[in-house]
Amino acid sequence: MIPFDYRRAIDVDSAVAAATANPRAAYLGGGTNVVDHMKLGITGPGMLVDITGLPLDEIKELPDGRLRIGATVRNSDLAADPLIRRRYPVLSQALLAGASGQLRNLATTGGNLLQRTRCVYFQNVTTPCNKREPGSGCSALEGYTRYHAILGASADCVAVHPSDMAVAMAALDAVVVVTGVHGERSIPLRDFHRLPGREPERDTVLDHGELIIAVELPALPARARSSYRKVRDRASYAFALVSVAAVLELEIPENRGTVGAHPAQPPGPALIKDIRLALGGVAHKPWRASRAEEFLRGKEAVEENFRRAAEEELDSAATLRDNAFKVPMSRNTIVAVLRDLTAAQAGKEQQR
Amino acid sequence: MEANVTLHVDGEERSAVVETRTTLLDLLRDKLGVSSPKKGCDHGQCGACTVLLNGRRATTCLAFAVAHEGASITTADGLADVGDLHPVQQAFLDQDGFQCGYCTPGQICSAVGMLDEAAAGQPSHVTPNGGVSDPTGIKLTDAEIRERMSGNLCRCGAYVNIVAAIRQAAGAQAAGAQAAGTAADDTQAAGTPTAGTDYSGDRS
Ligand SMILES: Cc1cc2nc3c(=O)[nH]c(=O)nc-3n(C[C@H](O)[C@H](O)[C@H](O)COP(=O)(O)OP(=O)(O)OC[C@H]3O[C@@H](n4cnc5c(N)ncnc54)[C@H](O)[C@@H]3O)c2cc1C
Ligand code: SF4
Ligand code: FES
Ligand code: FES
Repeated sequence: MIPFDYRRAIDVDSAVAAATANPRAAYLGGGTNVVDHMKLGITGPGMLVDITGLPLDEIKELPDGRLRIGATVRNSDLAADPLIRRRYPVLSQALLAGASGQLRNLATTGGNLLQRTRCVYFQNVTTPCNKREPGSGCSALEGYTRYHAILGASADCVAVHPSDMAVAMAALDAVVVVTGVHGERSIPLRDFHRLPGREPERDTVLDHGELIIAVELPALPARARSSYRKVRDRASYAFALVSVAAVLELEIPENRGTVGAHPAQPPGPALIKDIRLALGGVAHKPWRASRAEEFLRGKEAVEENFRRAAEEELDSAATLRDNAFKVPMSRNTIVAVLRDLTAAQAGKEQQR
Repeated sequence: MEANVTLHVDGEERSAVVETRTTLLDLLRDKLGVSSPKKGCDHGQCGACTVLLNGRRATTCLAFAVAHEGASITTADGLADVGDLHPVQQAFLDQDGFQCGYCTPGQICSAVGMLDEAAAGQPSHVTPNGGVSDPTGIKLTDAEIRERMSGNLCRCGAYVNIVAAIRQAAGAQAAGAQAAGTAADDTQAAGTPTAGTDYSGDRS
């Protein structure tokens, strides 16, 4: 491993100044991704600015109902937080579906967002890879592509983003708050990660030296329910083949039967008031399924519609040698998640 | 580039001058002679290097030592004295929770950390409803134990007995004096641990 200078950040401003001034500087969060990459020779920063001592480790409720998650909050603490578990179960579930207990105790919110692809050719410095070494070529195109993208890929890179947490955050309309030498900016999570295009070496829209300080979650409507489902090669401790994060808000028709009498008719199917859907394991970024959402808004919450919406979204899928299975797998997972959420919400409304 | 790093390892203060690129695992093993945590994969994948870092389980192969100046570390070795084993260690012996033993120190630290997490009410991927609606706390079923221990691989495949050992330890930690250690049938819940124990300090 290439030697480096280690700097413990004392405050945000000096950390940003130090990292921005040095083109070979990188931030150090829990280290579970960047240290691995330094060992593998994928990256060789000349300076690490350790941000874990900064006061960015809180989860705070803002006066307007939003929740602000500090960049150094550990994945385990975020997943276990009572507010997150109650209001944003999709996020807690996504975090708990990722990595392992001892890794989540180290991994930070900021580091999780910025973890890099697990594409085996990216991780193996002996094989060409445009993301690691721009212009060298993409080994995956002619290689083993079971874990690669079916949506939004380019001729230069077909890798997927590995984070579970980020998929949930995409469905929650989270906002990433970053700060740089030119000040602070807020980036909607759905615009934070990039599609590969001609520049697969750039995972996100962050500039060099910009520091993630927080992720903010908007309040959800009281009746919205959310969940995360991850499909993988093992039951635990494996990256997603496909994952689905969904936030669903239904309108349950009134049961018009008079009190005491037999219900005149069973209530009709619920209507989808609002839906937010994101897919993991299928693209270079958490994939917000806008076409499916658009199809579903205002429609009846029935399986046939879920399936048609998923097919609409996956219409543009382009498969590689080994990953055609991801198309039906994505469709089926979307349908299953929406069906379960609908059943759960309908059940809950009837108890009111 | 070098730095002086001081750690509290198994109750003893230990210092060494290390290169910044030295991992916590390499500092422990190579510089301080603390060989209880093992190097399996060196890439965060196997859990053999797990210790309790400031009381929480953590892998040490993807952590730079300089970033953990002043940390308190408990290894499997530091959990006990000879003849006075930690209940998790005793359970691994009682249940034959190992074969070659290479993964064992990591398994034991992970299990100790995991039992505390469960006792504190932290949910896992398989906890029904994220543990939100159940006021009685986390029930450490075998499914829970397997999920929570999935970051510790065992190349000998001693998993069945590892689960049995942790089931026994969880039972022993449980509230009430329900006799533990009967390695009951596979589907039985192990009971709910209550008071977490702080292993971050010294035991010397
Ligand atoms: C064996 C294994 C299995 C895993 N399985 C999963 C899985 O199933 N699902 C999943 O989602 N993840 C998984 N992970 C990945 C894990 O979630 C990430 O490694 C972790 O979230 C990264 O967080 P960190 O704090 O350790 O980041 P670091 O390694 O410290 O940093 C990662 C990157 O982010 C930068 N950075 C860190 N913080 C900031 C900040 N605040 N502002 C700007 N830049 C910053 C660093 O410079 C670096 O480039 C797995 C990892 C391992 C090792
Ligand atoms: S898919 Fe992307 S990351 Fe993988 S080899 Fe091709 S360019 Fe590299
Ligand atoms: S040696 Fe650290 S996880 Fe394998
Ligand atoms: S006992 Fe041999 S690796 Fe687990």
